[in-house]
Amino acid sequence: MRQEIPLLITAIVGIGFVIQYFIPHWPFSRMSDWFSDWFSIVGACAIILGALNLMKVSIEKTYKRKEDWGYAAVIIASFLLMTIIGIAEGRGFRNPGTSFDWLYNFVYIPLSATMFAILAFFVASASYRAFRARNFEATLLLIAAFFVMIGRVPVGHTLSSFMPIGWQLSDLASWVMTVPQAAGQRAIMIGIGLGIVSTSLRIILGLERAHIGGGK
Amino acid sequence: MSLPLAATHPRLSVHLFFPIIVIVLTTCSSAFGQSDTQLDTTVVDDTVSIAAAPVTTLLVEDGKYDDGDSLRLFWVPSIDDQLIDSKVTGYRVYRLVNDGAAEPIVDLLPGVGNYTDKNVELDSSYVYYVATLTESGEYPSIHTESISPQREWINFRRGYLFIIMMIISAAIIFYVETAKRGKKLFVRKIAGLEAIDEAVGRATEMGRPVLFIPGISDMDDVQTLAALTILGRVSRTIADYDSKIFMPVSRSLVMTAARETIKTSYQAAGRPDAYNDDMVNYVTDEQFGYVAAVDGLMVREKPATVFLLGAFFAESLILAETGNSIGAIQIAGTARPAQLPFFIAACDFTLIGEELFAASAYLSGEPRMLGSLKGQDVGKAIAMITILLGVVAVTLSEAWGVGIMTDLHAWLVKVFSSS
Repeated sequence: MRQEIPLLITAIVGIGFVIQYFIPHWPFSRMSDWFSDWFSIVGACAIILGALNLMKVSIEKTYKRKEDWGYAAVIIASFLLMTIIGIAEGRGFRNPGTSFDWLYNFVYIPLSATMFAILAFFVASASYRAFRARNFEATLLLIAAFFVMIGRVPVGHTLSSFMPIGWQLSDLASWVMTVPQAAGQRAIMIGIGLGIVSTSLRIILGLERAHIGGGK
Repeated sequence: MSLPLAATHPRLSVHLFFPIIVIVLTTCSSAFGQSDTQLDTTVVDDTVSIAAAPVTTLLVEDGKYDDGDSLRLFWVPSIDDQLIDSKVTGYRVYRLVNDGAAEPIVDLLPGVGNYTDKNVELDSSYVYYVATLTESGEYPSIHTESISPQREWINFRRGYLFIIMMIISAAIIFYVETAKRGKKLFVRKIAGLEAIDEAVGRATEMGRPVLFIPGISDMDDVQTLAALTILGRVSRTIADYDSKIFMPVSRSLVMTAARETIKTSYQAAGRPDAYNDDMVNYVTDEQFGYVAAVDGLMVREKPATVFLLGAFFAESLILAETGNSIGAIQIAGTARPAQLPFFIAACDFTLIGEELFAASAYLSGEPRMLGSLKGQDVGKAIAMITILLGVVAVTLSEAWGVGIMTDLHAWLVKVFSSS
């Protein structure tokens, strides 16, 4: 019963979702909204579990002075600071000008932007590895990447401006992106679509149980 | 006496007729000493004209294939709207509910010729008119006939989609049943999945943990579900090998589901005592906050194996490159094409798109599950045939104007653009 009830609920909801896509009549027309609302409610309740778990792990680590406990202490301090200020400012805590808003805009956002900015360096290191001409495929990738990159910057346009329109580097870059790249991407998308159908069907039919801890 | 005169002399214009009357009357009044009586006349200024013509051909119809919650209006914009120096500033749609007072419901820009009213109720009747707006005022159109919205049971616009879905679903079920009867099905080797045992084994030998990252989407994303199905298999192997797993997540619901998955795998492996809830812990919902925490964990804990399976966005390369920098063997998989190149560049094995969804079936080795993969091939066959037909149809239609091919192309577009 521990697995049968979740499987039954999954099957009913899954079939309901398929049906509602083809039947616009009430109550099917409202099903998507209802489930979305319920998902939000369950998610909102679950965030308490998440926050409690985060605190439990961090407090335990700090209290027992485990390795790298300083990071856990920072988590506790940050969590408490944001929570206390948010509660103190009441319902409008997210309004512009509040302390919560200030912390969000001038502490969290810059930290977040810093993490995102690291991406630039990682792109460079990953590109260096990916574009090494180790074999035929990698060489092809390198050549295509070279033309796409140079075709998308002004210098590429200037270098090939003597060539007839349609044969310039920018045109070549566009061709690579709109023909072979788009074709490959569409093939992947078709595969993904079919994979989703197959996975959904396995879950609805109860064949797939690994996500609830079942299966061999 | 004047009326018969005008009637019998049609060529006698009113321009001649009225002056005669005026002269006669003036003469008579002068003769009878009544010159103090003034003639009451109205001056008509023919220089004033209507600033803008109203819209024409205003039609209203019930919204097709809906729950009776929309009415659609169409009209031909004012003729003055088409002038270069048009005075038309827009259109205002008015609505009369149950023959009540007219109320404006929306203002639209010039040139607009349709509007869908989605704020309607089933039991009410509606009459509309559209006013052309100018600087000098509004110029209303005629009213539409009264209409009530209707509910439809079936969305026939999605009929083709339904047929395609049924064919693919039937094929999957057919192959599942075929596999159940014992027929051997061939499924090609997927290198990334073949490497799972080896990757977990490596972590065991090195005495380091396995890091499993299920993406940053919630449980309503099928990629997260696919990741958890793989987690079920991976955690079973980890339990068998007596290795360690840790799994920071960015969604509370994923934390709950992942704990349940790992717990059951440990129970199935006969090692429930080895499981503890701290294997899965929630970090934050914020994208880059999560990335910072996971990167820190990677650098400090130095896992031997990293699984990056699920829905990833801009954080994909940051995580994968950090994993690469600590020398972990990395198995990644996502159904987001934009992130695939990053994983391919930074990871040892990448499950491309459908391979992520096939992983659970592949790893289980169960005939029924493998049958579902075989059923997908029917869908691929349909896609390939359709693409070939489309290419031939467009080529013959565009190059040689073959009529039947133009029709075929139009039909294919209709079938695959239904939504």
